[in-house]
Amino acid sequence: MTTERPHGLMAHLPMLWPAGMLVLFFVVPFGIMLAVSFFHQVQGAFFEPAFELDNYGRFVSAFFGRALLFSLWISILSAAIVVAVAFPFTYFLTRLRRRAQVPILVFILAVLSLSEVIIGFSWSTLLSRNAGLSNVMVWLGMLPRPVAWTPSFGALLMGMCYLGFPYTVLIVYPAMSRLDPELPEASRMLGASPFRTFFTIVVPVLKTSLMGAVIMVFVFNLGAFLLPQVLGRPPHWTLSVHITDQAVFQSNIPFAAAMAIFLMLFSLAFIGLTLVLGASREAPR
Amino acid sequence: MSRLGSKLFMGLVLLFLAGPLIVVAGVSLNGAQQLLFPPRDPSLRWYAELFNQPDWLNAMGNSLLIAFTSAALAVLIAFPLAWFLWRYRVRYGSVLYGLGVAPFTLPPVITALGFLVFWVSVGLYGSIVATIVSHAIFFVTLPLVTITLGLNSIDRQVVEAATTMGADERKVFTTIILPLIRPYLISGYAFAFVLSLNEYIVAYMVSGFTVETLPIKIFNSLRYGYTPVMAVVAVVFMLFAALVFGLIARFGDLPKLLGAWSKD
Amino acid sequence: MSGLRIDHVGKSFGMFEALKDIDLDFPDGKFICLLGPSGCGKTTLLRVIAGLETPTRGRILLDGTDISGLPAHRRNLGMVFQSLALFPHLTVGENIAYGLRIRGADQATRRRKTEELLDLVRLPGTADRQISQLSGGQRQRVAIARALAIDPKLFLLDEPLSALDAKLRETMQVELKLLQKRLGISTIVVTHDQREALTMADIVVVMNHAEVQQVGSPLDIYRNPVNAFVADFIGSSNLLTGVVGGEDGVIIVDGLPVQTEAGRALVRGTKASISIRPEEVLVHPGTETGPNHLPAKVTFVRDLGASVEIMLECSGREILAVSSPRTRPAVDTGDAVTIELPPAACVVLAS
Repeated sequence: MTTERPHGLMAHLPMLWPAGMLVLFFVVPFGIMLAVSFFHQVQGAFFEPAFELDNYGRFVSAFFGRALLFSLWISILSAAIVVAVAFPFTYFLTRLRRRAQVPILVFILAVLSLSEVIIGFSWSTLLSRNAGLSNVMVWLGMLPRPVAWTPSFGALLMGMCYLGFPYTVLIVYPAMSRLDPELPEASRMLGASPFRTFFTIVVPVLKTSLMGAVIMVFVFNLGAFLLPQVLGRPPHWTLSVHITDQAVFQSNIPFAAAMAIFLMLFSLAFIGLTLVLGASREAPR
Repeated sequence: MSRLGSKLFMGLVLLFLAGPLIVVAGVSLNGAQQLLFPPRDPSLRWYAELFNQPDWLNAMGNSLLIAFTSAALAVLIAFPLAWFLWRYRVRYGSVLYGLGVAPFTLPPVITALGFLVFWVSVGLYGSIVATIVSHAIFFVTLPLVTITLGLNSIDRQVVEAATTMGADERKVFTTIILPLIRPYLISGYAFAFVLSLNEYIVAYMVSGFTVETLPIKIFNSLRYGYTPVMAVVAVVFMLFAALVFGLIARFGDLPKLLGAWSKD
Repeated sequence: MSGLRIDHVGKSFGMFEALKDIDLDFPDGKFICLLGPSGCGKTTLLRVIAGLETPTRGRILLDGTDISGLPAHRRNLGMVFQSLALFPHLTVGENIAYGLRIRGADQATRRRKTEELLDLVRLPGTADRQISQLSGGQRQRVAIARALAIDPKLFLLDEPLSALDAKLRETMQVELKLLQKRLGISTIVVTHDQREALTMADIVVVMNHAEVQQVGSPLDIYRNPVNAFVADFIGSSNLLTGVVGGEDGVIIVDGLPVQTEAGRALVRGTKASISIRPEEVLVHPGTETGPNHLPAKVTFVRDLGASVEIMLECSGREILAVSSPRTRPAVDTGDAVTIELPPAACVVLAS
């Protein structure tokens, strides 16, 4: 609000409590996790202090390397699909009258709040043999008998698109709703069809928002740990799944920590990229 | 022409979003203990079961308690931070904001593992306090973003006017700022609350074996056999979220809370 | 059958009627102003013509063809928006050539036309500039050039000058008028500023409450307002109420006869209002009698240098009389005086 700087201890006080909490319960855990990633795994207990690069070494193996590549691949693919659909969707949404927008927004928020568990469960049901969509199609005469469409790559991809969609809408919504409605109108008056208007005016003007959304959803998708287990087979297990698996079921916390640190650095790099993009947008305006 | 096309497109997308939920709702009404759709012998017995079986009720109690307290704690942390960054200009401002946003933006597995490691080291692994604090930090981002949005939407001239009329810093805060951002405080809390209810991985990693929340119970049930109560929980969560956000929409300006300009 | 015809057009947004029954005929090549207070429907009417809104009832005909069914991007009308709506990610030249590009003009043609238009709006050589580098007045001109680039049949402007400061506004009013005269293109401007309308328009359409109140030349509307709203909205006006004395145009005000030159048929005994412009009211010191003389009291005198404004109370109404310093009547605040209303200046309005 102001360009004022805080003077004295009293002024700094409101900030110390949240900063303290965040440092204690976020920075410190990460520091410990970083340290643990160098520790030695102990069977039956959690870990013992050591310094070995074994954990990072294991990580470079073909097995986990493949898991990493698969994670990146499906995350970027899903992000691309989701943004390609959510961007025009949000555009149409923001052109509606406020009163019409509200029920749709409530629905989107409700879907957003659903956890991965419920989404995983819902999709595995929808694509299952006994209880799924294929039954409806049999009933309609489009299929001879019900089919299980899960687990599969397609099922996982659909699930992840579903997961990321509401998130994307909410990221893009502010910029989209602030778009001067007269810009697309001017384009139409000059002879551009609505289709052309969308691609030559709306998308370029909101370019930074679009890029930011792709990156945010990409990072978001990297975090999917349940859907790959429920809708996919072991080859489809992403890095996040392996981290959970190693930490909880293989009791190899140091290794899990190493993978987590790597994933974190990767994510931070991309998030940093979004912030840089956002900052660079401030200049030309 | 294009009006129809855009409506059709939106309709298809919304159908896609609603699809799994419709199936789950159908499954929850199935009479037998089977995963069937369309439901046979539709009945509400599983809904009754949710509210009768002690282990499900226990899980619900845990979830509600954690959501209640962690959301409040999240707002208590986010509010002073957002206010401080709005009120003053500090060089480390973006670092602080980044710190507040990081827990939620990073893949949850990472944050969950970090908490696991921390609570193990501190000796509080498995306690409900650990879950509450973890959730609070994890969800700090939500009220932080909404409250920041709210503060930024305050017209500076309104504050200046109050100052010229004799209001000191504290008066301005209680009479101008607080009322204006109250809807954002509430929506930030509601957001964190609803997401905490639904949250799985952090709760699981931190105290999953001792403190069973509803999502944890669902996932455990997924592995050990199916019971329609899982579907019931999904439906109840969905309706609850719709209710909370519907209420916010009813009493507030939802588009504005999500970042649109106010209605002119 | 050339020109624009608005055939019994109505537009409702749900329960709200934005346009009631608009029926207008505009010949080619004229400068038309849609004038009225906010919410009167003028912008809605412009948008219906442009194709950005579809009318609930009625049709729009351009040169005899019904264009009501055509979507906006096929109507080939040039429009300048209130916010200007210049594309921020394109240069000045790219903005202007946007419509040409869509119509498949090659690069050479685009460049040539862009230069021509920039010369026309007096911004030569600026084709490669960014929009953000331009001032408000310059952006205005780019918006105008862009709309004209497609050789439109109509030139539509929605409150084009409202964002400019007063001095610039006056300059642009004249420029716009000269531009229109030079190009001969039918132009419709929406404005709430009656001075703007009187300066630029050949035809003024006064609107209020979703209806057309009066259509005519600026002078015509000023001199012969058809009702109290128009009289009051255009320039400042004085209104006196009375009763019709007879069919010869005499209105009885407070028992005294005022002769007017009412052309319309009046029914004796009905209520009527007289509208007269402040510059026509004559003020005589002291009490005089005579035809069209009414007693009044001076409530305030304002010496503005270039003119003198005398505020009076007459027949329970506030009357304003304006004169030049040279012909200033010798009156002061509180004086009992007589005002004279020349018959030719009195306009009778139905009550």
